[in-house]
Amino acid sequence: MEADGELLLRLRSGDERAFVSLVQRYQEQMLRLATSFVPNQAVAEEVVQDTWLALLRGLDGFEERSSLKTWLFSILVNQARTTGTREHRSVPVPDPEPAVDPARFDAGGSWADPPEQWVEAAEGRLEAGKLADRLRALMDELPARQRQVVLLRDVDELSSEEVCSVLAISDGNQRVLLHRGRSRLRQLFEDEFRGVR
Amino acid sequence: MRLLPRRDLVCRQAVELVTDYLEGSLPRRARKRFEAHLASCPHCTQYLAQMRETIRLTGRLEPEDLTPQQRDEFVELYRRWRDQPD
Repeated sequence: MEADGELLLRLRSGDERAFVSLVQRYQEQMLRLATSFVPNQAVAEEVVQDTWLALLRGLDGFEERSSLKTWLFSILVNQARTTGTREHRSVPVPDPEPAVDPARFDAGGSWADPPEQWVEAAEGRLEAGKLADRLRALMDELPARQRQVVLLRDVDELSSEEVCSVLAISDGNQRVLLHRGRSRLRQLFEDEFRGVR
Repeated sequence: MRLLPRRDLVCRQAVELVTDYLEGSLPRRARKRFEAHLASCPHCTQYLAQMRETIRLTGRLEPEDLTPQQRDEFVELYRRWRDQPD
């Protein structure tokens, strides 16, 4: 796959195919991220379209102090936040939410109902190419702020510093949201795949 | 609440440390305690493996191809910008 940096070069020289390649690469993720900020799909689509225009308009001024995708997601988050919104950046992380249902531990804190095997079943489904749609659906079940962090970290593979910068959150909050998001996703996988042989 | 001896981590606490552990943000002593717990607890070892798998599977999510119609729309968007940059 062509690196973002090469696409950026081609884009700056006026190659419209480079633009389409970039859209292909990030459109779906941007839409998913936008959806976690705004009230509905139509607004999310507008936000994403505005982001692409802002990218084109900003190309000359982009100094590459961050990676292209970090810049792109930053524009998106800013657009989404100015467009009316389900939440604000100052909202604190809500009360503690355990990684695992407390009922699964005994009084001493040891596993009473230990994690069930599901990794092999998931791998099998992955190999059969049947996992992607279900994965998307499970991701959508995460609360918005956890979803944002998991998407940026684990799907788009931004570093923790980049995620903090894009979402304008502290490193501590980033880690808490990531922990809850991943823990919840693990539970969803367990629910989905256990007993599937 | 009963206070546990400092050295013993129970499973309920261990699962809350998994992300810090994977992020490399546990202080050295806490990391040692966590690893000592794993060494004696197959369930938490399994749990950690599942968290790694969760991250791996999430990372396998590839974007779907744009439809021809979407492709045309973005070419159109690009050309409009090119012809009227502002």
